[in-house]
Amino acid sequence: MNARILKLDEYLVDEEPFYQATSDEIAIFEAAYVNGLPLLLKGPTGCGKTRFMEYMAWRLKRPLITVSCHDDLTASDLVGRYLVKGGETVWVDGPLTQAVRSGGICYLDEIVEARKDTMVVIHPLADDRRVLPIEKLGSMIEATPEFCLTISYNPGYQSVLKDLKQSTRQRFVALEFDYPGVGLETAIVSRESGIDSETAAKLIKFAGMTRNLKGSGLEEGASTRLLVHAGKLIVSGITPVSACRGAIAQALTDDPDMLAAVNELSSSIF
Amino acid sequence: MCVRIPAGSRCNTMHDALSLKDRLDQILEVEYTFRSTATPVAAIGELPLAERRYAIDWVERVASTNIELGYQYACRVSEALAGMDQHQVEAWALHAMDTYDREGLRPALEVIRRLDRFARERHERASGCVLEEKRGILHGFLQGLSGRRLKLEESDQIYTDTETLYLPPVLARLPDENDNFILYKVMMVTLWAQIRYGTFRCPLTEILAKQPDPERFLHLFQALEALRLEALIERELPGLHREMERIRGLPGEAEPAGEWHALRRRLARPGTRVTEAVRLAEEQQQRLEPGQPPPWQGVLQPELVEACMAARLEREKAKFRVTLKLLEDEHEPGRPPGEREKAGGSRFSKRELPAPELPEGMRTEILLDGKPMPLPEEVKGLISSIIVDLGEIPDAYLEPAGPGAYDPALFQDEVTDPDDVWSGVYHEEGAHLYREWDYRRQHYRKNWCAVREKSVTPVYDGFVEETLERYVGLVKHLRRIFEAMRDENRLLKRQNHGDNVDLDALVEALADARDGREMSERLFTRMHRTERNIAVIFMVDMSGSTKGWINDAERESLVLLCESLETLGDRYAIYGFSSITRKRCELYHIKHFDEPYAAEVKARISGIRPHDYTRMGFAIRHLTRVLSEVDARTRVLITLSDGKPDDYDSYRGDYGIEDTRRALIEARREGVHPYCITIDEQARDYLPRLYGPAAYTVIDDVRILPLKVSDIYRRLTT
Repeated sequence: MNARILKLDEYLVDEEPFYQATSDEIAIFEAAYVNGLPLLLKGPTGCGKTRFMEYMAWRLKRPLITVSCHDDLTASDLVGRYLVKGGETVWVDGPLTQAVRSGGICYLDEIVEARKDTMVVIHPLADDRRVLPIEKLGSMIEATPEFCLTISYNPGYQSVLKDLKQSTRQRFVALEFDYPGVGLETAIVSRESGIDSETAAKLIKFAGMTRNLKGSGLEEGASTRLLVHAGKLIVSGITPVSACRGAIAQALTDDPDMLAAVNELSSSIF
Repeated sequence: MCVRIPAGSRCNTMHDALSLKDRLDQILEVEYTFRSTATPVAAIGELPLAERRYAIDWVERVASTNIELGYQYACRVSEALAGMDQHQVEAWALHAMDTYDREGLRPALEVIRRLDRFARERHERASGCVLEEKRGILHGFLQGLSGRRLKLEESDQIYTDTETLYLPPVLARLPDENDNFILYKVMMVTLWAQIRYGTFRCPLTEILAKQPDPERFLHLFQALEALRLEALIERELPGLHREMERIRGLPGEAEPAGEWHALRRRLARPGTRVTEAVRLAEEQQQRLEPGQPPPWQGVLQPELVEACMAARLEREKAKFRVTLKLLEDEHEPGRPPGEREKAGGSRFSKRELPAPELPEGMRTEILLDGKPMPLPEEVKGLISSIIVDLGEIPDAYLEPAGPGAYDPALFQDEVTDPDDVWSGVYHEEGAHLYREWDYRRQHYRKNWCAVREKSVTPVYDGFVEETLERYVGLVKHLRRIFEAMRDENRLLKRQNHGDNVDLDALVEALADARDGREMSERLFTRMHRTERNIAVIFMVDMSGSTKGWINDAERESLVLLCESLETLGDRYAIYGFSSITRKRCELYHIKHFDEPYAAEVKARISGIRPHDYTRMGFAIRHLTRVLSEVDARTRVLITLSDGKPDDYDSYRGDYGIEDTRRALIEARREGVHPYCITIDEQARDYLPRLYGPAAYTVIDDVRILPLKVSDIYRRLTT
């Protein structure tokens, strides 16, 4: 078995990531961090939650350990497990335990995707105890003051199965994220992808149209991330209509009518 | 027999003419109707053999709908075959029958009579663009544009009443199909632009009343307003505007005359409002001639618009104020209402933020006590609809509604009570319409059954408890069986990956290693979790024939079944069905998927009473739709009925059997597993045909039904 050897230094964010604050989220995060409160980031996909975490990790000079949750994520995937190595069992910390030990920031992305039993292991960390019980080692690790637990969650999924339990959500300081305002989003897209601001503005207008379609054919509108993708394609010489088709429309839906409608919208703008 | 004599010879023709006459006489029931079949016999007799067979087959199908229609069809079919291919002739016959189903005999006969018109329209459809086919795309496109959510409807005129856009059903004005589609898009966008950019923000009927020649003024105004809107479209949707220019340039479309260019420049300035177009129209109406309108231009319907707007303004104002009231209560539930009034003035205010990307140039925020308030999605929609009409949120709107102003009707689309509909005029308002298979026609009757969902009236009489007592032993037994069926979480040993080390495997592997043998890699244990992902609907016969024993047995079975299913944890819903003619098909809801099995559901089970007849097709179709909206890996539809499908109108014998069979096939195709349980004392020969597409069980003794149903379910889902 391959033991996973993780070097914590690698999780330090060295260069300042580009992040444009939309409101007072940085101040709130810092205040919560100082007070040892866990945070919950809410918002639709691709609106900058992960980038915000990178930025905060850089700002606070702490390693950032990100776990993308999926529906088969078990508690031991987070906490750690025994592995067999050369005829002996060896305990290997999971990402959460590592963050707790080293005082890093643990970011559990899309927490609702994780199995229900997994979520319970973060409860003792998310209240004033700030401890991580490790059942298999028979020990409890107390988190250092630098440790910070952050989870993210997209309330847009209407499924009852993907809702956050009250017992979980009421432990967190919540920050709501949404797509930035038109001006800001234009600046972000043009900076990230390198397109001129006029084309960026058109992309934003197109994104606005797809966001109008949320709930009447699309599950989500185009995220800022998709706009950046489309912008990058345009910079590489793809025509705007094709770029929108490939990077945005196809990413949003598989329904042929909806695809055609979205493509008609982009060709109306460019 | 004349088989050996070459086709076309006299004997053959004569013989066939005779048998043809017999056949038509029989199909058209000449014995009772005294029609003369001489004309159709002569016409059809001229056709080559294959076409003759085809014609007779279709005469029979059409006549199964209506004899007179069949007769007229027989008279015209050979003419139709001369002008169109068989596929089109078939479409013509179906169109006539659909018209008959929808509007009655006279319009249907008109379809047969106006064969030439049908052929022409058919041709248009072939080269043109059909709204129905492109509706999905156009509708999506429309929703993507900002502002109010608009609807699309068919109409011969192109116009809007500010809530619905009316477009022609077929467009064949341009030679190319794709161009016709673009034309649809442009029509839609120009109508949308009228609403979005405030064409109707001026009191048009008032202005018209003041003009010496209102009709001329309206035309001129429309042409000028179109210039203003076009300039806006050019700025907003340059890609679409290029297409507009291209279509305009296509042959047959005139360029505007010289002086219009100057007007266009004037109206194209950013920030120009509709009042400018009105002023210009007033100024120019004596001298300027409205030119040839572009192909996408519709008509303005000021009266319709104003009626629609007036109703909406009032409704939305009330709705907005009630919403504010609800939001206020939500934000400060503790404060008693009296105190609030004493404080005086509204706690709400608005703030307008500049937003150059919107036509109004600003975005409105609603503030509560001076602080911005997050608004629910539907309130945002409401605000944007109000702004589209008025250009802003007027201050009068910011006063929350007083106590008692809450009218739930504001928050619902009009829902009519199924019983009201029936007691009133004979219509299909608010019903789900389903098609039905007519085996004689070998086609569906479209929108045939009007289906409504109702609820069983709960009866609190302790029936459930009595049943549980009576079957106490069986209930225990069922619980045990169903508990065993629950797929328990189990620990899988000797896995390649897992949460924990499998010590047994490790010890063995180490011993192997010492021995010099190869060491196994399967050293871990993993917890295996399975979710039974089944959704099942029980569809229970509530027809009059179930009265007595069968009804009791059905109710008892449901009680036992619910007990079992609660143990198992599968998602399930229960519906009853009954009908009297296609106009009154009723599904009685007993338990929805998300309803808990509680006192009310139990009382509804107890309240199941026999009603009218057994039409099965609509119930299967409707419940298939309900099932396919549920997110589950396996979807099961279990029907519980006695005997044959049967209804008061023609839903008898083969017709009912064939339609039910068809509905079961459709369900299968939708990914639903149908299973039929039927109570029948003599296993009848039609059952294999009827339930062939599904799996089925016949129960010959009603009394054992309760014992069987859970058992059947168990076998079905393991």
